[in-house]
Amino acid sequence: MYPRAFEYHRAKSLSDAVTLLVQLGDEAKLLAGGQSLIPLMKLRFASPAQLIDLNFIPGGSYIREDRGTLRFGPLTRHAAIQDSSAVAQIPILHDCAAGIADVQVRNRGTIGGSLAEADPSGDWPTVLMTLETEVRCLGATGERSLPLADFIKDAYTTTLAPGELVSEISVKAPPKGSGGAYLAFKRSAPVYPTASVAVQLTLEGEVCKQVSIALGCVGLTPIRTREAELALRGKSLSPQTIAVAAEAAQAAADPQSDMRGSADYKRRLVRALFERAVGIASRRARGEKVEASHIYV
Amino acid sequence: MSEAAKIPIHLMVNGKGVEREVEPRKLLVEFLREDLELTGTHIGCDTTYCGACTVLLNGDAVKSCTVFAVQADSAEVTTVEGLERDGQLHPIQKAFTDCHGLQCGYCTPGLMLSALQLLSRNSHPDEQQIRKAIAGNTCRCTGYQNVFRAIDAAAAAMRSGAHGD
Repeated sequence: MYPRAFEYHRAKSLSDAVTLLVQLGDEAKLLAGGQSLIPLMKLRFASPAQLIDLNFIPGGSYIREDRGTLRFGPLTRHAAIQDSSAVAQIPILHDCAAGIADVQVRNRGTIGGSLAEADPSGDWPTVLMTLETEVRCLGATGERSLPLADFIKDAYTTTLAPGELVSEISVKAPPKGSGGAYLAFKRSAPVYPTASVAVQLTLEGEVCKQVSIALGCVGLTPIRTREAELALRGKSLSPQTIAVAAEAAQAAADPQSDMRGSADYKRRLVRALFERAVGIASRRARGEKVEASHIYV
Repeated sequence: MSEAAKIPIHLMVNGKGVEREVEPRKLLVEFLREDLELTGTHIGCDTTYCGACTVLLNGDAVKSCTVFAVQADSAEVTTVEGLERDGQLHPIQKAFTDCHGLQCGYCTPGLMLSALQLLSRNSHPDEQQIRKAIAGNTCRCTGYQNVFRAIDAAAAAMRSGAHGD
């Protein structure tokens, strides 16, 4: 399958890419990892007349620790995040990076592209919604930074203005005593998950002091479920407490029936994933090493 | 717009320098198969699912149906044709033969390239690591069991000194 013909531009830097975006206007698209855009172009769901390739930008890919914050270059590939020892300190990030699609897609796909696409079934938006995540956007008039929750507006829709691109993603490391987990269920490795749950919680003794929960693939954007958070906050994590919160998470999910399953099935899946994710997150909060990632056959 | 200006690219394919001009929309897999006549890389689903088109791009396994040829400019590409050396099968190829790690063989080039990425970074993978490494490669005739055995056998052969570069 061939995409419609397009003119190819190779950006030399992020600011060069902005200049090209402004010059070429509405007909232009940015090519990061291309693992969503290229399939869309081949199916001709997207037919940009101009394509600006970001992959040759020197220094577009990096993971830097900066006083308790991890900074990701927009072109940082999932595989690089999976292999990063700095990322291993924040297990929920590793859970995500290690399980996105398959090896081949992780070798190409980027964190910046994932956020800018804002696919409701994408993994990064859901995971990063549970952490203090800022998205830096570079445009012709300068750079601005905004929280991820304000960046993602709707399905496939961000607050990126015309001529703007994602220039950095920064994630604040959770405090001591905090643990997180991301569980996504998918039918096989290469496909998008059917549903996913991200949980980041902080324990003080047995009591859950702080918690953030996001559900993926079951709404137009990742869903922060305040009701489920409220059900856990300030409580000790007994099976009963977790069950009440799981009920709230299930109720917050707003899935659609499709080829991946019925809406009812997905709500039940959210509940099951939630209970497991809370279990893993709290074990990790107590310092236990637990392997977790996407679940598939 | 029916045709865009062709772009000159220069890359290494299986250790040999290649210079060509390509239309920007040409996918890497089409470039390999049509322009270079390296038809060992197969097109399966053509939708980033099956992994039949897997090649190594600078040592990383990628689905060549989901990379434009212009993006491989100045890169090193390894296809199944680049596995054997001096008429000798690569240990991965030999192991797939010995273990009967294929039936129709359509997915095999992609599987072997995924195995090559794995074994170039992990000389002693356990079963779980092998499973994850080939999770992006779909085979529709075998049960994968012999594929696991083949990759395990190839790892052993490469550890004991069979050429594996």
